[in-house]
Amino acid sequence: MTKIEAVIQTSKLEAVKTALHEIGAEGMTVLEARGHGRQKGHTEFYRGREYTVDLIPKIKLEMVLADDMVERAVEAIVNAARTGQIGDGKIFLSKIDEAIRIRNQERGVSAL
Amino acid sequence: MFADTRGLKALLTWLFLWTAVYSAFSQTSSRLTPATVESQTERIARLEQAVTEAKSSADNSWMLVSSALVLLMTGPGLALFYGGLVRKKNVLATMMQSFALMAIVTILWALIGYSLSFGSGNSFIGAFDHIFLRGVGVQPDAAYSATIPQQTFMVYQLMFAIITPALITGAFAERMKFSAMVLFMIFWSIVVYDPMAHMVWGKEGLLNAALGGRFPTLDFAGGTVVHVTSGVSALVCALYLGKRVGYPREPMPPHSVVLSFIGACLLWVGWFGFNAGSALAASPLATSAFVATHFGAAAAALGWGSAEWIRNGKPSTLGTISGAVAGLVAITPAAGFVSPMSALAIGLIAGVVCYLMVAQVKSRFGYDDSLDAFGVHGVGGTIGAILTGVFASRAINPIFKDARGNAMGLGILDGNAGQLLNQLVGVVIGWILAAVGTLIILKVVDLAIGLRVTEGHEIQGLDLSQHGEEGYNFEVSA
Repeated sequence: MTKIEAVIQTSKLEAVKTALHEIGAEGMTVLEARGHGRQKGHTEFYRGREYTVDLIPKIKLEMVLADDMVERAVEAIVNAARTGQIGDGKIFLSKIDEAIRIRNQERGVSAL
Repeated sequence: MFADTRGLKALLTWLFLWTAVYSAFSQTSSRLTPATVESQTERIARLEQAVTEAKSSADNSWMLVSSALVLLMTGPGLALFYGGLVRKKNVLATMMQSFALMAIVTILWALIGYSLSFGSGNSFIGAFDHIFLRGVGVQPDAAYSATIPQQTFMVYQLMFAIITPALITGAFAERMKFSAMVLFMIFWSIVVYDPMAHMVWGKEGLLNAALGGRFPTLDFAGGTVVHVTSGVSALVCALYLGKRVGYPREPMPPHSVVLSFIGACLLWVGWFGFNAGSALAASPLATSAFVATHFGAAAAALGWGSAEWIRNGKPSTLGTISGAVAGLVAITPAAGFVSPMSALAIGLIAGVVCYLMVAQVKSRFGYDDSLDAFGVHGVGGTIGAILTGVFASRAINPIFKDARGNAMGLGILDGNAGQLLNQLVGVVIGWILAAVGTLIILKVVDLAIGLRVTEGHEIQGLDLSQHGEEGYNFEVSA
């Protein structure tokens, strides 16, 4: 089982969700986040003072998938979220030790 | 007995004649009888009484509405305006400062404030003739307004006494102890506000232009009394208390310009009560002040917004609404003395100058007047008071009359260059009273209980540390 963490632009959430549903990946957790890689922020003005905002709003998607689905999911996310500009985001993959369904305590891939 | 009918006929004839003559006379000569003369005079007197009551009724209703409008300026106008400008962790504490003053100043005013401000004392301060509001009832006090109950005048002035200290809170936002603020304001209201109000508006006031003061300062609705005193006091507080933890390195943008926007709009509308109500009657002068007020706000909003547009490339919402407030401040002393076109000029100047004050001067000197109480009210009020000496016109308000009752010039453009000097006297007295009074009170309160919260409490936020609350509980759990 592999965990996918994808940090994407906030405007791309709908497209990514749709793309993932189309390939059959349905469980996901969506978090509102702020951050930056190499993307510059923007400046705001209040009462004559300049404020540099360099933590940009992002969406973070987390999902745990069976290993045989991961590549298709990554491809779906990349195609839906890419604009070609700096700030498109990143995807991280990590191994998951165990998954448990709370309702009936099922374990392993069938819990996903 | 009546067999002899000659006597009967004579009696009847006599009766008939007498009745005829009497009734003829009683109809034609009724206005000559005492009973009817009295009823005509009575009727005229009753008519005069009714006219007076009708006029008083119109004035009183406008003045009561004005009083409510001015209170609205503090709560929630100023509370929202300031509340939106601070960080989220201090929103309630900031609003609480305004609200607490609504209650505290009211009590003080009732006990001695009104008496000290508007009682009969000397040129500098009133006395105790109206302590506990003694003698303040339905009867007008003709020195102030002959057509409204003195109680109306008292409660109207109370709303000014409330908002003035509330303005100062902008300078020490996010770091002053609530208990220290309460103590500070009790002293300030008595030591700074009441004397200044008395000098400008009270009987025998040194600066009273309407009642023959020695240095008549034209201050229609409180440019010196309210804005100069609060603004200068704000500066002293900001300097004495020092900067907020992290200022100016850490970004501290307003947590809700939305709240500030709502507050600013309430201030604009409420200001009609503040300025037009200062005519103390539902009169053409009130209309004139109303129009001048509105025009001043509009011109200043555009002035500040344009200055930002030029300097930063974008006009900000916060800047434009701040501009409107600056214009309202500047027009306050001038409202009942200047023409609509002059009001536009005053507003425009105030909007631009206050913008520069806030955007450039403040950062150059590095003091932390957190919400620009000095930059907008202190500077705006000073500009307004001086420009009143330029633009005031007898055509709007013939307040100065010579021995023969002819109206004399008010401002420079009206042929009275000397008035500018009197305006400066009023402004300087306001500055000195505010600065010295505030410094002394700050020192006393600091020695007694300390002014600033601890650094830990400041970082935690005043809502939690001073009031045990959080402004927004948009919680994660259901």
